[in-house]
Amino acid sequence: MGNKTALYATHQAMGGKLVDFGGWDMPLHYGSQIEEHHKVRQSAGMFDVSHMTVVDVTGSDAKAYLQYLLANDVAKLDSLLGKALYSGMLNHEGGVIDDLIVYNLGDWYRVVVNCSTREKDLAWMNEVAEKFSVAITERPELAMIAVQGPEAIRIASSLVSAEQAAVIASLTIFQGLPAGDLFIGRTGYTGEDGLEIMLPSEKAPAFWQALADAGVAPCGLGARDTLRLEAGMNLYGHEMDEGVSPLAANMGWTIAWQPAERDFIGRTVLEAQKAAVSTQKLVGLVLRERGVLRAEQIVSVDGSDEKGVITSGTFSPSLGYSIALARVPRNIGSHCQVEMRGKQVTVEVVAPNFVRNGKAVI
Amino acid sequence: MSDIRKELKYLSSHEWARVEEDGTVTIGITDHAQDALGDVVFVETPEVGSRVAVGEEAGVVESVKAASDIYTLVSGEVIAVNEALQDAPETVNSSPYDDGWFFRVQPDDLSELEEALDAAEYRELLESDE
Repeated sequence: MGNKTALYATHQAMGGKLVDFGGWDMPLHYGSQIEEHHKVRQSAGMFDVSHMTVVDVTGSDAKAYLQYLLANDVAKLDSLLGKALYSGMLNHEGGVIDDLIVYNLGDWYRVVVNCSTREKDLAWMNEVAEKFSVAITERPELAMIAVQGPEAIRIASSLVSAEQAAVIASLTIFQGLPAGDLFIGRTGYTGEDGLEIMLPSEKAPAFWQALADAGVAPCGLGARDTLRLEAGMNLYGHEMDEGVSPLAANMGWTIAWQPAERDFIGRTVLEAQKAAVSTQKLVGLVLRERGVLRAEQIVSVDGSDEKGVITSGTFSPSLGYSIALARVPRNIGSHCQVEMRGKQVTVEVVAPNFVRNGKAVI
Repeated sequence: MSDIRKELKYLSSHEWARVEEDGTVTIGITDHAQDALGDVVFVETPEVGSRVAVGEEAGVVESVKAASDIYTLVSGEVIAVNEALQDAPETVNSSPYDDGWFFRVQPDDLSELEEALDAAEYRELLESDE
């Protein structure tokens, strides 16, 4: 018996196939994860992401603390209230403890980290906080529903108050603001427009039901994984972990090297790696024939003894063939070989981004 | 509880066999198997005219979750394969015992089926796995 979100009974009632995910009983699908995937790309789907960990950072040093804690720089958020930033939280060796989203809420910040990493994240955040005047407060009383897809914002706006709908209408992409008893972020993990809505747990079942009645498809973790993979988004524990540099995980863009005087955890190690071009890199792989690329399959590159590895692989419902993310030697060319079920199969190498806003981008 | 058909024979690896009126044998995967695999995305069947043998891999089914080898319950020559699965592999999910069949065999020796599980034994196997 795992942890249960406020929507556990709702998932059961709606026919969700519940599985263990990082210690939580979560829906894998409600019948067909491929149909759920298409609903998100074509209209709207929703995900229970209440298992994710919400942490508020308050206190006079909140900004300075996050500037030291995170590889990306929260100063980038100063110009817009509610603006959000994606960042790695690194250890002193430059490995990724977790990836997260942080919202600037004026004199405080809201951080959303993964569920499977919750305990070590909180331990690390509290340890680093000792040198700063900040308070770290977990918000387990909040449920979170991600409503994603081209129709998501229109439908969600029709189910909230006029004031809350006005807040939604005001949001730019990657911005989130409190609105009554909701916190509404224009963020997601699917490559589609949409919202992530935090709300008091006791209100989650009724809101979920209202979304379903308005035509939003309940979706499970299966569709969430194929959607994020098509969008080329990393999943902690697959594309990166504490032993992987963000430079080897397509997270170079999340490292704020400027201003040079900003000291952040892991900076010294990353600067040396960058100068030496010493890390592997993350690429996309495409297999247009029969077969499905899977995590942990070994990648061979012509002219290199060094092997790569598939970090996530799946059948892409939007494209109709298999795609993968792989950590490979930097000298990889346009094609490579993957060992699949005892055979070497040639696959195409592409940028790690396959589908955005309903359209193929490869 | 998954659907188990009384008239079929089963393998512990979750394939079923049905003896047709003409003495040929149809092979597919069970309702339990399709449910455990999730959405099926590719099916690789043996070629018509090729031979399949008990204990040897006869095909592959790939779902969003995993790839799984398919075994036959009788040895013999493949006389038909379900071509419709190439364009509509999801039929394995929606109709595992009927439209979602995999291939049909002219058996060398029908008595090989006596080694397979009957419906009650297969049900017992599933219950013991739970």
